[in-house]
Amino acid sequence: MTLAMGALGHPFFQHALLAGTAIAAAAGLTGYFLVLRAQVFVGDALSHVAFTGALAALAVGVDLRIGLFVTAVAVALLLGSLGRRGRADDVAIGSVFSWILGLGVFFLTLYTTSRSAGNGGAGVSVLFGSVFGLSSAQALTAALVGAGICAVLVAVARPLLFASLDETVAAARGVPVRLLGFVFLALVGACAAEATQAVGSLLILGLLAAPAGAAHRMTDRPLRGLALSGALAVGEMWAGLVLSYAVPRMPPSFSILAAATAVYAGTYRAAVWRGVTRPSRWVRRGRGPAVAG
Amino acid sequence: MTALADAYATWSWNPVADLRQMWAYPFMVNAFRAGTITAVAAGVMGWFMVLRRQSFAGHTLAVVGFPGAAGAVLVGVSATYGYFVFCVAAALLVAAVPRTGRGRRPGAGQEAALTGTVQAFLLACGFLFTALYKGVLGGVTSMLFGSFLGITTAQVWVLLAVAVTVLALLGAIGRPLLFASVDPDVAAGRGVPVGLLSTGFLVLLGAAAAEASQITGTLLVFALLVMPAATAQVLTARPALSLALSVVIGIAVTWLGLTTAYFSDGPLGFAVTSYAFAAYVLARIGRAAADRAPRHVPVRVPAGGAA
Repeated sequence: MTLAMGALGHPFFQHALLAGTAIAAAAGLTGYFLVLRAQVFVGDALSHVAFTGALAALAVGVDLRIGLFVTAVAVALLLGSLGRRGRADDVAIGSVFSWILGLGVFFLTLYTTSRSAGNGGAGVSVLFGSVFGLSSAQALTAALVGAGICAVLVAVARPLLFASLDETVAAARGVPVRLLGFVFLALVGACAAEATQAVGSLLILGLLAAPAGAAHRMTDRPLRGLALSGALAVGEMWAGLVLSYAVPRMPPSFSILAAATAVYAGTYRAAVWRGVTRPSRWVRRGRGPAVAG
Repeated sequence: MTALADAYATWSWNPVADLRQMWAYPFMVNAFRAGTITAVAAGVMGWFMVLRRQSFAGHTLAVVGFPGAAGAVLVGVSATYGYFVFCVAAALLVAAVPRTGRGRRPGAGQEAALTGTVQAFLLACGFLFTALYKGVLGGVTSMLFGSFLGITTAQVWVLLAVAVTVLALLGAIGRPLLFASVDPDVAAGRGVPVGLLSTGFLVLLGAAAAEASQITGTLLVFALLVMPAATAQVLTARPALSLALSVVIGIAVTWLGLTTAYFSDGPLGFAVTSYAFAAYVLARIGRAAADRAPRHVPVRVPAGGAA
């Protein structure tokens, strides 16, 4: 407790806490839908796209965040348009994002050779994040963007849940399934861009997948699971930040991911022990995301 | 420095002289040998990966080579061991997940959540290892994005041995694996050990990814796994033909990429992925045009696309 109090006295920790909380909440809520809709691979793809966006912005010389958000959201919408009803197949997603990653390598080379020395670590810091290095303005922007993503997601949560659980019935009831798919993908893109600043583009996947996977294992009820996923992500973010403050040799990105993985592994073991590794109840009753396609 | 600058070749539009000049350097010859071995192994393994719709698992196995290599450097052993240990261990971990079938179905999201957590956590471990090592950052970049310079002849032999082993094992389980990949339910009904084959395949995929990681870097292995195979499967539905096509496209994009990287002094990863992606896009466009064309007009897509 005294440790946490001591940590809160430092401005860098306050900034990390502010930005980290908003980012974790956004990632937890978005991740819940990613797992529900079986679109985790899209999250993986967009996190790599965020790397290219950041490096492109650095190479061209504009604000890092403009590159991140524009690229991630644009590619998210592109991936949506590749498949039917806003869902592309894995092979198309894989081909697109591995080329975009190749493009990122090009921008990395361009950036490191065109500018003067001393920026060799830029690529590494984009890949693995530096949450303790955020300025107060950056932290405030991150918090506002994170809050915005959460607000939009909560606003569309009910129709999106309906569309995710039973696409056909939702479409028949007049829910704009395709539009919701695109809105959701744009939110995933924004979330990936946002989280790149905290944990880095390679590790966002953990914030998207681990709390959501744990929440899916802990409860069958969608709205409760959604809230739980967000709460778990925020808790894991706090635990990771405090842990990293206590053990300075441990980078914050690692301790956040370690906390998330520990919680997930705990729920996984518990579920195996209780013998409920089979799909949850509403899925078995045929109302799950067993969408044709 | 001037000698180095002079040594940079320019493309003279005389391919024979250009190739002869490029292959006068032993490191380029080794790069071509290693690239070819890698492209063959990745083309075959990737073909099965695309057929089985296991892109996400494949991508996870591809990137976990990075923590393996970083950990090996940290404890002071050869990075090669790290690549293989981590990739094969991750393959066993991902295979341990209870699978409920293929495609989008109940439980698919939760499997993906586990795969994603494994991937992100191992990458975070890799970052921890590099942070503890406090080594030069250039090492991280080359682990992630690869380097085709300085491949030794001994490394080429190791690559060859691993590739031959992986492909021989795959050949041994090839027919039942194809059966189990195309229709797992019928295959299981006929007594094919579907679960065991799936685990075995993932381990072989991990070994192939570990091998390719050392040349292309862990972030770009996935490009060699997925794109030639995806292109081949768009072009033809016949298994043997598309498998062969996948290997040919893999070799072609690797060779073109190496040549381009050599003559332009650009990054290899960008060149290889760009050629592969161009081939994929051309194949998709060609396929769409062929499907739209009247039946009696035989529209043949040129094999290899841009390659």
